[in-house]
Amino acid sequence: MDGFEEERCKKTMRWLHQIWMSLTMLFRRGRAGTALDDELAFHIELQIAENRAAGMSGQEAREAALRAFGNPAALRDQARETWSWSRMELVLRDARIGARTLLRTPGFATIAILVLGLGIGSNIALFTFVRSVLLKPLPFRDPDRLARLYESTTDKNQYNQSSGGIFSEWQKQSRSFTDLSLWGYAGYNLSAGGGQLPENVRAATFSSNTLPTLGVEPALGRNFTAEDDQPSANGTVILSWGLWKRRFGGDPAILNRTILLDARPYTVVGVMPAWFAFPDQTRQLWTPLHYKEPTEVLDALDEHDFVAIGRLKPGVTAAQAEAELSLITKRIHDQHLDNASVSKTANLRPLLDSMVGNVKTPLYVLLAATGCVLLIACFNVANLLVARSAVRRREMAIRAALGGSRMRLLREQLMESLLLSTAGGVFGIALAAAAIQWLLRAQPEMARAEAIHPDMMVGVFALGLVLLSAVFTGALSSLSAGSGKILESLQDSSRSHSAGHGRTRLRKVLLTLEVGLTVVLLTGAGLLLKSYARLRSADLGCVTQNVLTMSLNLPEARYTTDAQRAGFFDSLLTRVRSLPGVQAAGYVFPTVPGAGYGGDSGFRIAEHPPLPQGKGQWARTLFIDPGYFSTMGIPVMRGRTLGEDQRPGHPTEAIVSETFARQYMPGEDPLGKHVRKGPHTYEIVGVTGDTLFEVSEPAAPILYFALDAGEDMNGASLVIRSGRDVAQYALPVQKIVQQMDRDLPVSDILTMDEVIGSNTADASFDATLLVIFAASSLLLAAVGLFGVLSYIVAQRTSEIGIRIALGAQREQVVGHLLFDGIRPALLGLILGLGAATAVTRLLQSMLYRTEALDPLVFGTVSLTLLAVAAFACILPAWRASRLDPAQALRRE
Amino acid sequence: MGKPSDLVQGTLDLLILKTLSTEAKHGWAIAKRIQQLSGEVLQVQQGSLYPALHRLEQQGWIKAKWAESETGRQAKFYSLTAAGRGQLERETESWKRLSGAINLIVQEG
Repeated sequence: MDGFEEERCKKTMRWLHQIWMSLTMLFRRGRAGTALDDELAFHIELQIAENRAAGMSGQEAREAALRAFGNPAALRDQARETWSWSRMELVLRDARIGARTLLRTPGFATIAILVLGLGIGSNIALFTFVRSVLLKPLPFRDPDRLARLYESTTDKNQYNQSSGGIFSEWQKQSRSFTDLSLWGYAGYNLSAGGGQLPENVRAATFSSNTLPTLGVEPALGRNFTAEDDQPSANGTVILSWGLWKRRFGGDPAILNRTILLDARPYTVVGVMPAWFAFPDQTRQLWTPLHYKEPTEVLDALDEHDFVAIGRLKPGVTAAQAEAELSLITKRIHDQHLDNASVSKTANLRPLLDSMVGNVKTPLYVLLAATGCVLLIACFNVANLLVARSAVRRREMAIRAALGGSRMRLLREQLMESLLLSTAGGVFGIALAAAAIQWLLRAQPEMARAEAIHPDMMVGVFALGLVLLSAVFTGALSSLSAGSGKILESLQDSSRSHSAGHGRTRLRKVLLTLEVGLTVVLLTGAGLLLKSYARLRSADLGCVTQNVLTMSLNLPEARYTTDAQRAGFFDSLLTRVRSLPGVQAAGYVFPTVPGAGYGGDSGFRIAEHPPLPQGKGQWARTLFIDPGYFSTMGIPVMRGRTLGEDQRPGHPTEAIVSETFARQYMPGEDPLGKHVRKGPHTYEIVGVTGDTLFEVSEPAAPILYFALDAGEDMNGASLVIRSGRDVAQYALPVQKIVQQMDRDLPVSDILTMDEVIGSNTADASFDATLLVIFAASSLLLAAVGLFGVLSYIVAQRTSEIGIRIALGAQREQVVGHLLFDGIRPALLGLILGLGAATAVTRLLQSMLYRTEALDPLVFGTVSLTLLAVAAFACILPAWRASRLDPAQALRRE
Repeated sequence: MGKPSDLVQGTLDLLILKTLSTEAKHGWAIAKRIQQLSGEVLQVQQGSLYPALHRLEQQGWIKAKWAESETGRQAKFYSLTAAGRGQLERETESWKRLSGAINLIVQEG
């Protein structure tokens, strides 16, 4: 080694030696301390001996030695300072002292910890959601290259599902993607077997390249091959992990066994991993797309039944890919100008965005709300700390007089805040864990629900929150400790002015901010609540009380002809109607009101002139039995319901809704006119009232056709109305279905109330959470106001006493005092209302038929706050009014 | 009397190292020796001595050992390490240079 390296080597060795010494010091602090004491004692002894040798008496020698020596305690401290872990030691010591001080006032400590825990916990819970759902990338290979592709069919429908025909052209002509894949939604009746009842499961149909596009492999077995994905292949199926565990006992021998779906055999070729949940976690099995769907649908250019995804080539931007697809689509559109259902252009969105886009705003709003709650919690705890420091100001003053540095005192206050925050953080984490469980149970259908669990980022966030609240609370409360007027604090009485003036002002400011934030939260909660109430009470256009719905799907394999299907439905209906207590029953396909759009079709009014090329008309298409309207209480405004004579293959009649008549046949009588849909012409025999397909959406035009007369009608929703508790019919009807066909499951058994409930579940959830936050903030603000006012009364007791003794009116004095206390609350209210006007605009997308600046809500919030403030002031006011001036003065 | 608090921290280190270069001593003996050798000019206060001793020990220039002292009591004896000798040389050099420079200026005129 040359000289330079040798030098460096030595330096490193020395540095290591230093660290070793420090560590030794740290762990042998006790022993090292005693050793140091011994050393110093020895030194003093020798000094005394020298002094005596110089002629002093024993006592003099001792005193001289000690005088020269100085303060052994300080000396020890100084020596210890050189042991560079002393900083660590200081922190530990501060922590110990802080903990002891807090334990001496357990009530205060408990409240502070609870309050901070609530603030920190709610933030952690919501951040877990935000992180898992919005921020965490999808669990696929290179997920940011994955995109969801849409067709833009009309101006209103720019993010439409894909058609098989146009997708094939994309696949053939596009150069921007390494993979393009088509998949679709499906549902199957899983036949009874192995002691299990038949079950209707939600499923999806994948192309053979869908899993490779995502970059996922099955956990067991294999993916579909290109041969499996043909109409002529044998049926194959991939199971979800959950279904495999639940229904097939998690037995690996399931591979290559056959199960019956819709009475057809499918061979199990694979099982997906437990975490896989695409397109959503309700899908329990996957079958090949080209096997399930009829070829003519897959080739059609205008049936938008499928979903397209793609993986962008490296170096290709989303905009480029979108432009290319649009070009291809436009070319096809221009070749089929007569078909208005052929899409014009294409749109592209990142896959993650397409899956969670609609929960982004609500989640961020809720996260902001929890941020407010934490701020309020910090203000509250800071307020409490200030109050406490006021009590201890004499102690602080004495310590300052004895030589304690201000830094030391400040450090102690910060340490207390840190301890409270840490304890609050621990409590908050427990709270967050419970809250996440509860939230998941309340919203099981949330997007990416399977991905919601805490991870490293959440942990770091939690730590950051604890530190932030500690610093924030500590800094706020130490603002009051700054006056440093030691002498005054030491004096018992201070009649010249009220003690702690600065503290009072700080507390008032904190209270103002608290109240302001509370008002913002209350306003938000009020708006969401009103929106939810409007939503819940929205008129669907039909009767919703005591109506039961359930769905059936007749498998094609066993019900091959239309006549067989119609026969089953008719016979079921007759038997259900004959149940005692059933007032009415009917069918509708595909969805009952409030349960979704269903699907639409293009049509023409025969009597109208033909539409200009490229223009199309669409209406929701529902298939019903004649008894449907009376069962659901939908009024038939004109004409009549469908006739009983509609037979399979010979449909002749149609019914339209009010919106349809208004939109497509304004100013004329629809009765007697004819509608052309597909190859058939139907006569309009009636006009009925509107029904909504979703509570928050306006009514869409509807065309009703006869279920019996439809082709390939193998599904229907049965609706039953009764006078009493209708839910009791669920079991009897299921028994009837079982009797008629043992292997036919009944699914989605819900009352109409439950249908609306699940429709409005999101709004209910958001409103509930925000109300909880606002209520807790209101409580905290009320407690804060109460505290500040009591404090003021206690501080100014002597002042009140003097005033009254000098002849002021008792009520006047008390009133003046109260007003002084309420003023910050009033100021906070005004500030809060101002902030709310600015902020609630961001909520608008979550509101239904409610304005962001709703005067009713704002007014109610103001009144509520004033009422709560008034209530919080009663006790201090009462106490102040009972003051005996003589007592007050004597207290000094 | 030059109070040791006037001494720059490094100077005290130098004095201690020099005192220990001949033989191992305990704290009291070091202070006495410095006092003696400087002709009673420099009196090291305990408040500076012990922190300095512990600092030097931590940096590895000196090492400590508990042994029986002349009075029969156990005392902590400090001695110079090999690295300490090197440090002593270095510090002596730099002190010579520094004091030489100051002397030049002070003697000027």
